[in-house]
Amino acid sequence: MLGDSVKQKLREIVGSQWFKDDKESLITHSYDGTPMLQSLPDGVIYPENTAQVSTILKLLNEERVPVVSRGSGTNLCGGTVPVEGGVVMVMHRMNRILEVDLENLTATVQPGLNTKQFITHVEGLGLFYPPDPSSMAISTIGGNIAECSGGLRGLKYGTTKDYVIGLEAVLASGEIIRTGGKLMKDVAGYDLTKLLVGSEGTLAVVTEATLKLIPPPKTKKTMLAMYKDLYGAARTVSKIIENRIIPATLEFLDNPTIRVVDDFAKLGLPLEMDAILLIEQDGDPEMVERDIARIADICRSENAERVSIAADEAEALKLLTARRSAFTALARLRPTTILEDATVPRSKIAEMVLAINEIAERHNVTICTFGHAGDGNLHPTATTDARDKDEIHRVEAAFEEIFEAAIRLGGTITGEHGVGLVKAPYLEWKVGPAGIEVMRAIKTAFDPNNILNPGKMFAKASRKRVVLGHA
Amino acid sequence: MPNLLVSMLEAKESKDGGSCRELATTLKSTLNYDQLTNCMRCGFCLPACPTFRETGIEAESPRGRIALMKAVADGLMDPDYAFETQMNHCLGCRACEPACPADVKYGQLLEQARDSVEQHTESHRWWVKLARKTAFEGMFPHQERMRLLGGALQVYQKSGLRKLVRGAGIMKLFPKHMEQMERILPDASYRGVVEQIGSVHPALGERVGTVGLFRGCIMDVLFTETNKHTVELLNAAGFDVVIPKSQNCCGALHAHSGEQAGARELAKRNITAFKAAGVDWIASNAGGCGALLVEYDHLLHDDPEYATDAKWFAKRTLDVSKLLVEHGRLQTAAATAVAAGKEQASAPAVGCGGSCSGVSFSAADPVRITYQDSCHLRNVMRSSEAPRKLMKSVANAEFVELFESDRCCGSAGIYNLTQPEMAGQILDHKMDHVRQTDAHYLLTSNPGCLLQMKLGIEKHGMSGKMEALHLVDFLHERICKE
Repeated sequence: MLGDSVKQKLREIVGSQWFKDDKESLITHSYDGTPMLQSLPDGVIYPENTAQVSTILKLLNEERVPVVSRGSGTNLCGGTVPVEGGVVMVMHRMNRILEVDLENLTATVQPGLNTKQFITHVEGLGLFYPPDPSSMAISTIGGNIAECSGGLRGLKYGTTKDYVIGLEAVLASGEIIRTGGKLMKDVAGYDLTKLLVGSEGTLAVVTEATLKLIPPPKTKKTMLAMYKDLYGAARTVSKIIENRIIPATLEFLDNPTIRVVDDFAKLGLPLEMDAILLIEQDGDPEMVERDIARIADICRSENAERVSIAADEAEALKLLTARRSAFTALARLRPTTILEDATVPRSKIAEMVLAINEIAERHNVTICTFGHAGDGNLHPTATTDARDKDEIHRVEAAFEEIFEAAIRLGGTITGEHGVGLVKAPYLEWKVGPAGIEVMRAIKTAFDPNNILNPGKMFAKASRKRVVLGHA
Repeated sequence: MPNLLVSMLEAKESKDGGSCRELATTLKSTLNYDQLTNCMRCGFCLPACPTFRETGIEAESPRGRIALMKAVADGLMDPDYAFETQMNHCLGCRACEPACPADVKYGQLLEQARDSVEQHTESHRWWVKLARKTAFEGMFPHQERMRLLGGALQVYQKSGLRKLVRGAGIMKLFPKHMEQMERILPDASYRGVVEQIGSVHPALGERVGTVGLFRGCIMDVLFTETNKHTVELLNAAGFDVVIPKSQNCCGALHAHSGEQAGARELAKRNITAFKAAGVDWIASNAGGCGALLVEYDHLLHDDPEYATDAKWFAKRTLDVSKLLVEHGRLQTAAATAVAAGKEQASAPAVGCGGSCSGVSFSAADPVRITYQDSCHLRNVMRSSEAPRKLMKSVANAEFVELFESDRCCGSAGIYNLTQPEMAGQILDHKMDHVRQTDAHYLLTSNPGCLLQMKLGIEKHGMSGKMEALHLVDFLHERICKE
């Protein structure tokens, strides 16, 4: 609980209108984009600068009050639900682009900056920041860093971790550290920059980030390949990579996903198809032409019914935007949508799609699958109803088996959404007991009193790994 | 002083404890729990929401407001004064709905919440209660009284009384936003469109079908000329037009202010009026009215007597722009007229009724035009392409897109009167973008937006350089008078 004297001190740090503890504020900071999770904080604070963040953390560390730092609260792992109460620290006021360095091709920004605004800004300067999570219209750079967000361009361009080269962050003690810099090479000690990216607010609060920018591709082309055979589509994904083509985007959507996305975006997608691949290649015009032609050949050889190329950039953009809505659009089918992001080596995509469908059928639940197939990252999504306890239980059982299947195929329990609350019980499956030990030790070194986003990443008890009846 | 305010609010909260619990019960039974659950909290609505953009506060977003409603329904919080205030702070522009992949019917939830609050509220002062009762029960449902009001306004505007009032500085006694509003109010008329030109108007040339014109209550008093121009445009496009006399206010102001029962009553009367007129389509020239007209099916879905007819009505209602683009043959007519350089068929050359007084162009002069979407036309009637197609088809008019034209201008029904601070803030941002277009005409498709744009032009010192017009008036000026 948050005592009155601590509240008073917090008000003094940020000014009375930027600390709130009324019911309205508590309710509206009790959730994020993850279904079925809600937990009230004791207060909400909006710092304006690094110095305030430092003073706040110092105070709360002394008082042993939990702090959950967050951007727009769009994550899907329960990462910003304040499960142990305490203070939610919203970074929205720290939303400036501090510098775009045109000599070094870097940008230095504050964490509350909106991702899409940032992307648009650098594009206006003729530069390119590739990480493009589906939530980018509302997510913040700080949130992307905390979760190491991926996106549609991950397979060719990598994810957030590949573009963060320097950070300013505040430790639980209130100490301010700086890591990395405008440096393309830097091996001075452990790579704390990479460690903080994806640390889910459990190690420090990021207050400034230096990001790498790259020259934009000269052209791009977008195509759709449509299949009556789900596995033909999945096999195509592996075949394209095997043929040593790395498209900028290679997305997979199954039939139910096609239907809901089209219902929302009214694109006239082929509703009779079992699966479609949304493929984009970018680069020099000749290479793009050649790659698209070769990809089209591969699609046809894997029994694609039809292959069509987007007429212009506007049509391509519509397709990509529609794909970004897939997760929420699936909510049109049933009230609750539970989405995971199991990821496997790219050669195993077809096997993984098979496994997901077999598991769903066995547990008698509906699981739609879409995702960034090109980087092995699928989004099996259960459409269900939180009010039906029995069904939710079956969904949980199915997802456990999906995690298990992913690991069996050499994959991971989460490719881009993070561990947070919902996957904490399964982390040990991926990293092993010794891995958990090392991670816990790191956590203690950064945050000895466990005030930073407590309850996340490390489960009180790991799930017993399910043993499947078949190999 | 701030402390005093806080203690007043606290006193209010504790005093309202009893009615708060009753309100909670009403909200629980009124709010559609399925819709509340359908919100995935993905946050896609946040960038679309004007109040979230202005404040950056989660509670000021659709996701936040739905979370508050759900918290009340779940018994997690009391619907206190802050809850009520937050519900009223929403513009109701519904920009969040097209942005919502999950298809949550936010507008319906908001109306359910407001309706419940209204049933239990004791917070209105006596004069607000009286004003609401007069407006919602005494005025809007009765078109002849609306016309009398228009007449009174006309007397005020024409008799020299206005000059006297302005001269004596009486308007200075009113809040600033009321004073500004008084200045930009167009000339009212006590004779509506039917009284002036009758209710049956045959098509010019080959007949496409019969359209019933929804004249609107405020439209018909403050923008009678626009209604007349709508009739002429529709005739020119091949439609027979009837204006059923017994139609009345659409009920939108009622529905958005938590007066569902009143809205339903008005809806029934309109359905009866248009059903009797035997029309193929119902045309609306006000996005705010049209948006409720197309939702009559939802409004009356549980009414055994009217549910089927309400569906009939909702399905046939289109904005005049969409009707012209999709079913009319206006463009061919306009193109021929322009090509031949002659007056079109027998379209009467009427004056523009004083509505085009600020900037003077003859129909042939090249002009730059821009367009502010009516939120309800765009987000509820889902019609944003049709008005643009029409504007782009007009000869000698260069259409420039207004940056963020899809964002609310702050008018939002009577929001600019009830929440002047937020409305003013939104308008100021809007006018910054409007200025960038350097347009001669700023067109809109809804009387509320039109008044707000007129206000913006006046407030930002652009009078004389730019004029706000209803899209219909502009088209009429340019097409019917070619």
